[in-house]
Amino acid sequence: MQSRPGLWGWFDARMPSVAEQWRIHAAEYYAPKNFNFWYFFGSLALLVLVIQIVSGIFLTMNYKPDANLAFGSVEYIMRDVPGGWLIRYIHSTGASAFFIVVYLHMFRAMLYGSYREPRELVWIFGVLLYLTLMGEAFFGYLLPWGQMSYWGAQVIVNLFGTIPFIGPDLALWIRGDYVVGDATLNRFFALHVIALPLVLLGLVVAHILALHDVGSNNPDGVEIKKLKGPDGKPLDGIPFHPYYTVKDLMGAVVFLAIFCIVMFFMPEMGGYFLEHNNFIPADPLKTPEHIAPVWYFTPYYSILRAVPPLFNSQFPGVLAMGVAVMILFFLPWLDRSPVKSIRYRGRVYKAWLAAFVVVFVLLGYLGIEPTTVWGQFPDWPFLDTRDVATWVARLCTIVYFLFFFLMPWYTARDRVLPVPERVTV
Amino acid sequence: MKRALFALLLFPLAVWAASSYRLDRAPHDPSDIASLQAGAGTYVNYCLGCHGLQFMRYKSLTDIGLSEAQIKEFLLFTGDKVGDMMKAVQDPKEAKSWFGVAPPDLSVVARSRGADWLYTYLRTFYRDPKTPTGWNNAVFPNVAMPHALWTLQGELALDPKTHKFTELSKGSMSTTEYDRTVRDLVNFLVYVGEPAAERRKAIGIVVLFVLLGLLFPLTYWLKKEFWKDVK
Amino acid sequence: MNEETKVDKTRRNLVVATSAVGGAAAVAAAVPFVASMLPSERAKAAGAPVETDISRLAPGELAIIEWRGKPVWIIRRTKEMIESLKSVAPRLTDPASKASEQPKYAENEHRSAKPELMVMEGVCTHLGCSPQLKTAEAKAEMGADWVGGFYCPCHGSKFDYAGRVFRGAPAPTNLRVPPYTFVGDATLVIGEDQETKGA
Repeated sequence: MQSRPGLWGWFDARMPSVAEQWRIHAAEYYAPKNFNFWYFFGSLALLVLVIQIVSGIFLTMNYKPDANLAFGSVEYIMRDVPGGWLIRYIHSTGASAFFIVVYLHMFRAMLYGSYREPRELVWIFGVLLYLTLMGEAFFGYLLPWGQMSYWGAQVIVNLFGTIPFIGPDLALWIRGDYVVGDATLNRFFALHVIALPLVLLGLVVAHILALHDVGSNNPDGVEIKKLKGPDGKPLDGIPFHPYYTVKDLMGAVVFLAIFCIVMFFMPEMGGYFLEHNNFIPADPLKTPEHIAPVWYFTPYYSILRAVPPLFNSQFPGVLAMGVAVMILFFLPWLDRSPVKSIRYRGRVYKAWLAAFVVVFVLLGYLGIEPTTVWGQFPDWPFLDTRDVATWVARLCTIVYFLFFFLMPWYTARDRVLPVPERVTV
Repeated sequence: MKRALFALLLFPLAVWAASSYRLDRAPHDPSDIASLQAGAGTYVNYCLGCHGLQFMRYKSLTDIGLSEAQIKEFLLFTGDKVGDMMKAVQDPKEAKSWFGVAPPDLSVVARSRGADWLYTYLRTFYRDPKTPTGWNNAVFPNVAMPHALWTLQGELALDPKTHKFTELSKGSMSTTEYDRTVRDLVNFLVYVGEPAAERRKAIGIVVLFVLLGLLFPLTYWLKKEFWKDVK
Repeated sequence: MNEETKVDKTRRNLVVATSAVGGAAAVAAAVPFVASMLPSERAKAAGAPVETDISRLAPGELAIIEWRGKPVWIIRRTKEMIESLKSVAPRLTDPASKASEQPKYAENEHRSAKPELMVMEGVCTHLGCSPQLKTAEAKAEMGADWVGGFYCPCHGSKFDYAGRVFRGAPAPTNLRVPPYTFVGDATLVIGEDQETKGA
């Protein structure tokens, strides 16, 4: 009955072939040979996911999801649990590292058109992963039960409360109480520790399966499967294993070095990775002077704040923030350029992409600071607010949306260069 | 526009401070064991009455070179055991009725306020007849806390127009001695905020040596060797 | 050796070297995670030695003190109780306490540092229930030859005034004696030996 001898043969005769999966996804998965720096971030994202899960499990062994005990349990981990401080810092640094890696990973897709046909589904699973990751980070941030944890959650849940008709009931349902409290903490703990990690893992599998089905893109946007050699393998392809396993291993070491420099020498990162106000236990009766979300949410927070209230509701801002994220799903269909990669696009697209990067970073910065950070305009009559920063944020928001809404037009009309048949190394 | 840009550059300083009082740089040194021990003594004698360090175990002070016997003799006053947490002596509810607000626990105050803030705060108390305690503070206006260290520093007055301090009465220490005492106290509070800090940095150096000095060259050569195949 | 085998050898050596260093680094990285499961400072503090005042313990009186979550018995034995230890010896499973756990200073005929003070864990060595004190007066329920000791209600094990188990009981060994020491005459410290005191 067994075709292979021994214990392995016994196993192999009773389970789908592991060797076959290794062949399909590693030893004979032919990837383009011209991957550059931007192609490290997929495997790094997977690495950070593993790091967060492992460190998270060990934190859960000592953390207490109770409003009276949570803050103290984190300090217990930092002081009384052997090695606890290291595990905590791994997890806090890993959270920010996850977003840095994911943003760079997504940017690669925008540079090289990796979301274009036939990879739209890879992109869609990716955006779903991004949304899930944002939820995971949001739920996780409440757990230390510091002032920022508490008030950040209060503000964001109240945003859901602005949705017309269903808003207040929805907010009540999310919180499990009239204000953010112990009930909220406990359920956010369940969502952060079990529910969303399972969703993340499932989506990662779907994301990679979808990718491997169509094959990877590359910096030239050339479809390597179009030109195959006599052996049936793409001429410009190389097996993922050993070439990219070995290259990604090197990339992982460099990443871990940077990660460790931050974790061991500046874990707070000036208050951006571990916020100063979060070392004050949550106080429902005292709002901190300045609430800002963690840095990775600030571009969208900026957009939310930039939109003025309409009909006494903050909902237009919430809507704008929502659309700003959801529009990412439509990228494969907004981009009408005949070419995929920025290497062969014209100046118009390059200018728009550069503008997008600038406004995204600027919005991110403005989201961290209070709206008064750049002073006031003189008392002109038509201004609803005199804060300079708010007007800059409004301009940036308009550019952000125009980048997407005008894309079908400027990508179709843009001058493009001829795309080569073979990849350039 | 220039003023806006200038304000932008200075903003980070103002993020913590309730006021825009310019903070002095705290000259604390986490490796100065003698300073840490002195700070521990000052804290237990002048602060622990109201402000607890509820996440700090007495026994953990062996980190800063004290033996358990020394901790028991010099720092344990109440019926506490050496394995207990450093709780405030006064009941927090009582303190709240005295001062209007419960004196906050200071275990991680160095991480929320910062060493510079603490160093400046403890040196800028001044006499103010308009407050309930008769004391006010330049860094934290209308603070509910009286000047717990006034017997050491003496009394100061602050001119509201020139923002200059003048001496009203002498304390038991000169300005230099007092500044040193506050430096040691802040040093101790920074240590209490994160006792593992020195260990963290020491381990970090070893880890980075392994990663950058050993693993990076190896994986780099490994990659280069295999990629010779790829043309 | 031709080019190809030289290349293969270089590759194999590099793979081995990287795996060795990488493996060592991975083991080192695992250390804090594994260590985090060891008893924390809080657990160690909770398991710290316990001091108790024995100056007002009357002869024949039993005090129960909690140490490491367990009941520790302190009994000030009367002369009769001490004498009963010799008479019950033939009825015991392990009269010389060879199989049971006790500190060196409890390896004598009264299983204690001082003959009049018995310190032992009140935890039955069968399945962990806490036995009850049954004095010599309890002959009606314990039998005519009962000279006093302890009776475990769970499965019927009987122990004498030195915690030694009677034959016929399901409990295999005598009751454990924890380390203990005295500070003066009035204070007993459970959980600490004379040597480790003040460490």
